[in-house]
Amino acid sequence: MPATFTRHPVEIERKDTGIGGKPPLDRRPTGGGGDGDNWDNRPSGRRGPRELLSRYRLGVIFALAGDLMFFVALVSAFFVRQSAGHFDARENYVSDWHPLAVPPILWINTAILLLSSITAEMARRQLFREIDVMEEWLGLGRPAVKRAAPWLIATVVLGSLFLVGQWIAWDQLVVAGFRFDSPDPSSHFFYLITGTHGLHLVLGILGLVGALIGLFTLRRIELRQIVVDCTAWYWHTMGVFWIFLFALLVLFQ
Amino acid sequence: MMKRIFTTSHRVIGAHYLQLSLTAVAVGTLLSLLMRIHRVWPDTPLPFYGILKPEDYLALVTMHGTLMIFFVLTTAPQSGFANLVLPAQIGARQMAFPRLNAAAFWLAVAAFVILISAFFVPQGAPISGWTSYPPFSAIAAAGPGQGAGMDLWLVSIGVFCLSSWLSSVNMLATILTERCPGMTWTRLPMTVWAWLVTSILTLLVFSVLLAAIVLLYSDRHFGSSFFVPLGDIVNGHIVGRGDGSPLLWLHLFWFFGHPEVYIAVLPGMGLATSLFANFTRRNVPGYRTMAAMLVLIGLLGLAVWGHHMFVSGMNPYAGTAFALTTMAIAVPSTVEVLGWLTLLSYGGLRLKTPMLFALGFLSFFIAGGLTGPILAQPALDSYLHNTFFVVAHFHLVMAMAGVFSIFAGVYYWFPLLTGRLMNETLGKVHFWISLIAAYGTFFPMHLTGLAGEPRHYERLSGPIASFSAILPAERGITYSALLLAAAQLLFLWNFISSARRGQRAESNPWQATTLEWAPEGFAVRVEHGPYDYSVPSGEAKFIPQWEAASKQE
Repeated sequence: MPATFTRHPVEIERKDTGIGGKPPLDRRPTGGGGDGDNWDNRPSGRRGPRELLSRYRLGVIFALAGDLMFFVALVSAFFVRQSAGHFDARENYVSDWHPLAVPPILWINTAILLLSSITAEMARRQLFREIDVMEEWLGLGRPAVKRAAPWLIATVVLGSLFLVGQWIAWDQLVVAGFRFDSPDPSSHFFYLITGTHGLHLVLGILGLVGALIGLFTLRRIELRQIVVDCTAWYWHTMGVFWIFLFALLVLFQ
Repeated sequence: MMKRIFTTSHRVIGAHYLQLSLTAVAVGTLLSLLMRIHRVWPDTPLPFYGILKPEDYLALVTMHGTLMIFFVLTTAPQSGFANLVLPAQIGARQMAFPRLNAAAFWLAVAAFVILISAFFVPQGAPISGWTSYPPFSAIAAAGPGQGAGMDLWLVSIGVFCLSSWLSSVNMLATILTERCPGMTWTRLPMTVWAWLVTSILTLLVFSVLLAAIVLLYSDRHFGSSFFVPLGDIVNGHIVGRGDGSPLLWLHLFWFFGHPEVYIAVLPGMGLATSLFANFTRRNVPGYRTMAAMLVLIGLLGLAVWGHHMFVSGMNPYAGTAFALTTMAIAVPSTVEVLGWLTLLSYGGLRLKTPMLFALGFLSFFIAGGLTGPILAQPALDSYLHNTFFVVAHFHLVMAMAGVFSIFAGVYYWFPLLTGRLMNETLGKVHFWISLIAAYGTFFPMHLTGLAGEPRHYERLSGPIASFSAILPAERGITYSALLLAAAQLLFLWNFISSARRGQRAESNPWQATTLEWAPEGFAVRVEHGPYDYSVPSGEAKFIPQWEAASKQE
């Protein structure tokens, strides 16, 4: 091809879209301030006003994925142990697994935990209401904080109630003769599963209290959003974990 | 001073991780030398200690394995190098969560201190191996070291699990959110792909190990019976009270333990790819395939754990399934090796020390990898499993390949740490002695293993005369191991003297293309692939990733 017909790459970029008029904004070779900062060609990472938030969310999601594997391991151990047994003197296959009737208070606890997840979500949503966020941006008071704080406190109270309820359930089991060191594997699993899940909730309550403190002390609205948002997602996940663990303890004994 | 120690700077943390690994590898090597000496001269008293008792030998085995697996092969390639260069390679100024990262490092240090303290408690270190199979590990009376020593082991590894968990959360978030503009998935250096896969594996499998440790700890202290079988008798007392299943521990442990092998070796594979491209001045052939194979190895690695359990009483049908998945993993590994061989077959190799160590890595990966499909056969494994053949296999494919890739990384990235180059002559001498001595140490173990030499036996002499024929080979292995350890003194000397008065390095001493070698304060916008070597245009014949696109025309 003769040199006169060679088109510069920019010309190719600029070619007619077929509908007349200017090419779309992001295709204009001279648009966007010219410093390469026009949000195009950016598949890498996430950028923008919510970059920090999405980074922290991602961290929480990864951490919870690892945590999920922890509980998956416990649950698979539950099933393996349940099917384990031995042959007695008469060649019968016997197992030492005796189904455990869970204390009825667990149903109330479950309801409380679900309720706390709703309050946590209410608290989280307060921080993303556009008008309130704008007011906080402009320094016209902190309406989002005022709205979110009661919901967070409610979540802390409900979460603590759940833990108290779990403690009562343990007490009832001990009275009924199921201690951790009793020879029954189903009671080992009951204590272990409720115990490790409870430990996660203790951490969650500490996180909620931390978020509450952060709500009043953090200066930047993004950071206030992050602490409440991440804690709320953690809390929701623990609620979902509990539903599965509770179903396991009730239905698969 | 405090600021320097409790820093959140990823590069300093990376250097600290490497120091931790160096300490661990020094202790671990010392333990292995004691083992080798004891196998050849079992009745010679050691200075400051006296005669090594059989349980002491098992304690050495346990602590050697634990130190090397967790604190060397997991820590150095994954946490050490990734902290050192990963943010730079993706054009990030810092990690996604610097404080989390620092916390992970200090947890790792705590885990190390707790583990080492097991030597100094009454009855000493645990003796049930780095795999800690119950019921041996579940009952304090089962042997010396199984009381306080075993508890410390469990706590240490539990803390290490938390550390790895935090560290991998940080790595993943960093790789996903902190890449600079233009750093697309196909422009990532292969090391970043490897760290991505190992971080996912770490996240998924260390949690399972933590759960297993919680269960075992509960068996030891809270009267549960997850792992102790019914009627288990220790010292004449019945200790098994329920239908616990030792196999359950094996499943949980190896679900962690096998991916752990890939956590140890995948960063080395990524680094080898980068080094082969750099020192042959060629673009990596089939970049997308190579990256996909790294991911595939990681995924398949999650489904092969049963091949450690062929002789454990697992259902034989399960054994067949695991044999199939294990052989399947040979496919992506072979693709990787063929990719490297293609790259090398172009010729024009620049045999600098980092390249030599990368070639050493490849050599061990092939030599050790070839015995993998053999051991993946349940029928063959039932003979070989408890022999030194397995010791030879994993020391070549994981330990030596892993360590050689660590050396390659240290020689390669040394200028980033100190601004100087390591001495080439000393480096080459170090390489050749290490290579020959490493093969001299581990290759004969295949033969002694085929001859039936069992693992975990404190001595071969005694009433059994049938092993007398392999005693000369044993002596050869020990001499070779001593030589291998001595060669590392050369490395230490080189490291220290080069750090002080080595040759000053230029800003990009290896003419590399990846971003960790970019000049300071460069406004990064990536327009090129990670391995643009041998480009026909331009004088330098390679295009670094930090170079602007316009120069390409």
